[in-house]
Amino acid sequence: MTQINTQFYKKQAQKAICNTVLQQALLDLQNRLGPATKAAYNSLAEGPALRKTAHDIRMHALENLDILLETLAQKIRQQGGHVFFAKDGETATNYCLEVARNLNVKMAVKGKSMVTEEIGLNTALMRNGIEVNETDLGEYIIQLAKEGPSHIIAPAIHKTRKQIGKLFSEKLGIPYTDDPPTLTKAARRVLREKFLRADMGISGCNLACAETGHITTVSNEGNIRMSSTMPKVHMVFMGMERVVAKLQDHDILFRLLARGASAQNMAGYVSYIGGPRSADQLDGPDEFHLVILDNGRNKILADKEFREVLTCIRCAACLNVCPVYGKIGGHAYGFPYSGPIGAVLTPLMVGINKAHDLCQGETLCGACRKACPVDNDLPRMLLLLRAKLADGDKDWEVERNNPAEKIMFMAWSVLIRNRKLFDMFLRAGYWIQKVFPRENGLLKKLPLGLNGWTASRDIKPIAPHSFILLWKKKHR
Amino acid sequence: MMDKTQPVTLFIQCLIDGMYPEIGEAVVRLFEKLKIPVDCPLDQTCCGQVAYNSGYQKEARMAAKRFIQLFEKAAVIVCPSGSCVDMVRHNYPALFKDDFPWFKRALSISSKTFELTEYLVDILGIEDIGACFDKKITYHDSCHLLRNLDIAEQPRKLIQHVKGATFIEMKNSDKCCGFGGTFSVKYPDISTAILEEKVDNIIESGADTVVGCDISCLMNIQGMLSRKNVSIKTLHIAQLLAGQ
Repeated sequence: MTQINTQFYKKQAQKAICNTVLQQALLDLQNRLGPATKAAYNSLAEGPALRKTAHDIRMHALENLDILLETLAQKIRQQGGHVFFAKDGETATNYCLEVARNLNVKMAVKGKSMVTEEIGLNTALMRNGIEVNETDLGEYIIQLAKEGPSHIIAPAIHKTRKQIGKLFSEKLGIPYTDDPPTLTKAARRVLREKFLRADMGISGCNLACAETGHITTVSNEGNIRMSSTMPKVHMVFMGMERVVAKLQDHDILFRLLARGASAQNMAGYVSYIGGPRSADQLDGPDEFHLVILDNGRNKILADKEFREVLTCIRCAACLNVCPVYGKIGGHAYGFPYSGPIGAVLTPLMVGINKAHDLCQGETLCGACRKACPVDNDLPRMLLLLRAKLADGDKDWEVERNNPAEKIMFMAWSVLIRNRKLFDMFLRAGYWIQKVFPRENGLLKKLPLGLNGWTASRDIKPIAPHSFILLWKKKHR
Repeated sequence: MMDKTQPVTLFIQCLIDGMYPEIGEAVVRLFEKLKIPVDCPLDQTCCGQVAYNSGYQKEARMAAKRFIQLFEKAAVIVCPSGSCVDMVRHNYPALFKDDFPWFKRALSISSKTFELTEYLVDILGIEDIGACFDKKITYHDSCHLLRNLDIAEQPRKLIQHVKGATFIEMKNSDKCCGFGGTFSVKYPDISTAILEEKVDNIIESGADTVVGCDISCLMNIQGMLSRKNVSIKTLHIAQLLAGQ
C-alpha cells in the first residue's frame, strides 16, 4: 500500500491555497474542462440522461460482480491469459514480482494506472531491482520529480512548464527550455528507448467486459498501446469493480468516460485486449496477466449504502468541477484518489477516522454528481460518512470523531424543540454579541470556535427582534 | 392543479428569523401584495439541516419530527430558502426510510413544501410582481437550490421583470460560494479561498447588487464584500421583489 497522509489535509490545503502557481493552474483546469464536459454530455444523441443509463449498467454489474468476474477470468484463460485474484496490495505486487523474476525482467514500462498508485507498485518493483518507467507524459514528469499524482487523469497539473523545463534539464541533461513541444519530444526520445528495451509492460484497465473477455485501455498518447504490445509480457492491474456485463454496456460507458475525462467524443487510442498474442498475430506480448484487486473493495461492495461508489470509472470529471479540489489540489487529500471521489473512496479504504477531514472538508455543493458520467451520488455518501463520524459505527470500526460536537448538537436539539428556549438563546446572543467590535452594522470578530468565519469575513449580528416576535407583535 | 388563492404557511429559515427578520417581512409583504393570505406557525425554529449536514442524524430526526407536527395541517408551505426546502423535500423522507409511519408523514410534507420563487413562478404563474429597482443586478445560484431543486430560471425570470433593473450574469454563477454550513468555520481557509473566487466574479460582473434566494450564501458573500470594503450590496430576492 502506498503511504497514507490523509491526516495532513488541513495543513496541505493551506499550503496549496498559498501556492499562486497552483491556484492559477487549478482555475484554468476547471474553467476549461468543467463547462466543456457539460457541453459534451449535452451533445450526446441520447442527451445527458445517458448518465442514468450508465449508472444502472454499473450498478447491475456490481450486483452481479461475482458472476461477471468469473466469466471474465474464464474467457481470458481460454484466450491464453493468466488471471490472478489479489486480496490486497501486497499480494498483487508479490504476484507481479514473481512473474518478473520468472521471466528475468529487468525493466518495465508502464501506462498510467491509479490502482498501481493505490498499491504502491512502483516502489515495490524498484525495491526489488526492477527499473520502472512511467510512459504517460504527466506520470513521467511526476516520476522524475518523485511526486505523486495531483489529479486522476492529469497527474502533473500542479507543475508549470517552467518547472518541467528545469526538471528535464536536470534529470535528462537537455538544455533548458519551457517550450512544451520541445519538452514533449525530449521525453519521447527517452521513452522510445525504454519501450524498445523493456521486458514487461504494465497497465491499468479502464473497464473490462465479461461477455467478450477483454480489458480496455484508453490513452491520448498511444503509450499504453506501446506498453501493452512491445514487451514480452503484459501485466494488467484492475480494481475488481471495473467490469461490465456486455459489450454494448462497455461502449456506452466509453463514450461517457471520454466526455467526463476530457470532453472528447472518444479517446485517441482505445485498445481492446483479451490475452497474449495469438499464433496468427504479428504484435503483442507472449504472456498476458490480469491481476484483479480487492484491497478493501469487497467490504465496500457488501455495504448497500456505499456500494454505489464502486460505479466510478475514474474519469476525474468531479475534480474538474469541485470547488474544494479547485482550491486545494490533489496532494492535500493524502492518497492517490483526490477530489470528491477521493473524499468518499479514501476514507472507506484507509479508515474513516483517519481520513475524516476528507469527507468533512467538502461543501456538499453537489457539482460532482451533476458532472459524473455514471451519476454517482457522492454527496449522499459524504453525508453518510459524516453520520458514521458523528455517532461511531461498529461495521466500519469508526469511533465518534468529536464528542464535544455531539454534546453541542444534543443541546441544539433541545433548544430548537422549544420556541421559548430558542427565543431566550437568541436574546442571550443578542446581548453577548455587544462586546464584539462592529463596523457598518456588521460584527468584525467572533469568539473562539467561530473565529474562522471572521478571519476573512464580517457577519450580521443577531437582530433585536426575531421575525417570529415581530409577527406576534403585528398580529396581536 | 393547485388552488392559487389558498393560504400560504410560512416556513422561515432560522437565519432569517434570528438575523435577517427583514427578509421574512418582505416575504409577508409580497404575499399581501398578491392578496394571498399568509399564516405562520409561531413555534417553528429550525428544520435541522445544520445537524443533518454535520452527520447528526438522530438530532436532525428530532428536528424533522417537530417540524412535521407543526406544519402537517398546512395546505401549502413556502420558504425563502432553497437549502431548507431541499432538506424538507429530499432529506426528511431519507431520514425516515426505516420508519414507515413517519416516512409517510415526511412524504406528505415534502410534496407541499415550495421554495419562494418556485412557488411564485411555477405554481402561481407570476413572473412580474410589479417591483422597481433602479440598479445593476447579478444573481448567485445557490447550490442546493440549483442542483437539488433545479431552480435556475424562476429567479431569473422574476429579476428580469423588475422595472429599472439591469440584469448581468456573472461568470460561473453556479459555482459554490464556499459556505457549506459548519464547513465555513471548520475549514475557514478553504471556505475563504472558494469565496474569494466568487467575490472576484461578482466584482468583475460590474453589478452593484447581488441577488440570491438563500441568505446563507448571501451572508457569506456579504461578509467578504464588507471586509474588503466593496460597496456591492447583497439582497435576498424577497427584498428585491417586495421593495426594501
